[in-house]
Amino acid sequence: MTDYNGYVTTERIEGSDDGPLAGRTVAVKDNISTEGVRTTCGSKMLEDYVPPYDATVVERLKDAGATIPGKTNMDEFGMGTTTETSAYGPVENPVAEGRVPGGSSGGSAAVVAAGDADLALGSDTGGSIRCPAAFCGVVGIKPTYGLVSRYGLVAYANSLEQIGPIAPTVEEAAQLLEVIAGPDEHDATTREAPDSEGSYADAADGDVDGLSIGVPTELLDGADEAVVETFWDAMDDLEAQGATYHEVDLPSVEHAVEAYYVIAMSEASSNLARFDGVRYGVSGGYEGNWNESFARAREEGFGEEVKRRILLGTYALSAGYHDKYYKKAQDARAWVKQDFDEALEDADVLASPTMPVPPMKRGESLEDPLTMYLADANTTPVNLANLPAISVPAGETPEGLPVGLQLVGPAFGERTVIRAGSALA
Amino acid sequence: MSDNAVDPDEVRHVADLARVDLEDDEVERFTEQFGDILEAFEALDEVPATERDADLANVMRPDEVTECLSQDEALRNARVRGGAVQGAEGVVR
Repeated sequence: MTDYNGYVTTERIEGSDDGPLAGRTVAVKDNISTEGVRTTCGSKMLEDYVPPYDATVVERLKDAGATIPGKTNMDEFGMGTTTETSAYGPVENPVAEGRVPGGSSGGSAAVVAAGDADLALGSDTGGSIRCPAAFCGVVGIKPTYGLVSRYGLVAYANSLEQIGPIAPTVEEAAQLLEVIAGPDEHDATTREAPDSEGSYADAADGDVDGLSIGVPTELLDGADEAVVETFWDAMDDLEAQGATYHEVDLPSVEHAVEAYYVIAMSEASSNLARFDGVRYGVSGGYEGNWNESFARAREEGFGEEVKRRILLGTYALSAGYHDKYYKKAQDARAWVKQDFDEALEDADVLASPTMPVPPMKRGESLEDPLTMYLADANTTPVNLANLPAISVPAGETPEGLPVGLQLVGPAFGERTVIRAGSALA
Repeated sequence: MSDNAVDPDEVRHVADLARVDLEDDEVERFTEQFGDILEAFEALDEVPATERDADLANVMRPDEVTECLSQDEALRNARVRGGAVQGAEGVVR
């Protein structure tokens, strides 16, 4: 175990003797199924749940020779930006005392930042890989939707989420991406990436000479001053290495975070219906009417943030509100996609601070969910647009808090964001 | 208060639809928070109707029997099993 509560379970899983990840440890977020090793999703509901099969990404890790040192702590069912909603206690930021590690893959980022695992897998529904990578000063990649299999990932919002790597450097993150990427017959949303030269790790050559970077002004407006300064310092660094940048307008992103939450909560309200104590989850053993016993089991098994999202999702999908919230959110999603596609016609990548704020103080977000949601303003548009993005360390605020820089590329343009990011980390 | 204000009965009704019991203090907190959150969601009203023509194709495969988990493996998390009907303790006896 770790003194910052990075793991829920520390059972070791050995991979095969050789392979590209032989001799390396890869911690796995606890919403990714591991055969015979409990998978809690950070929830009391799944305290004793032991999957009977491996997620495809876990099979691939084992085949590649990786050792899995444990299952990492996370916001319950991935619902959070701070890794404080876990039923197994909050994770502390190992590189910024008194601060949150970001979330929801906070345990994965923390064990890598602390050097307790070489690499880690997280999942990113609205920023859950990039946010903790930024807050813990490490690298995280959210792949293009469909590049990595979600088979065995316990679903929160299927249409938005991808599994991806967290690592100390861009090159190592790219090596891990190489192992997990590729079509899977068990996930019909996966597809073969278009042909490209060389491996993802080969793309981490740091060559940004001639790279054109678009900077969406909307993603800097309202961001913390120290974060914005650190961001521009990193941009100057890229410019000194031969990149150029220009400002771009993405008016749709002003509505992205609201659209994201409506879609994610709506999908969650359906996905989490299976945790009723009969199909999955702890039952509580109540007698009587089935619906009443389900409702009591769910009252006991779910934490407050999960209940909040299930209820708001149920509300957004209910008769009379569907057109007002869900349909409008889908319009916003299509608009965001168009905006990104257009901006990426005139730029190779788009850059912004990963998070508009430095790591929050522990405890300060729990009482004010709306403020926590709004902190996802820069990461959620990327999930709505299905695009790949990387978060790399950009430097620190004067207070010594890590700041991440996000680079967004075109669909299946992982090599482009890896190459650009590798000029910084 | 805006016209988005949510009342406790609405929260209880949605909780009932979602099959989640709530304590009284949760109802109270959610009532206040949902008002704020739904007011923020209101910004979606400004979003123009947008063409959503995703260029996607269905992925099909032949419906053939392949190797899969045994019944024992698939049900290893069920605490109580009752012949053809399987379930958790307290529901199936």
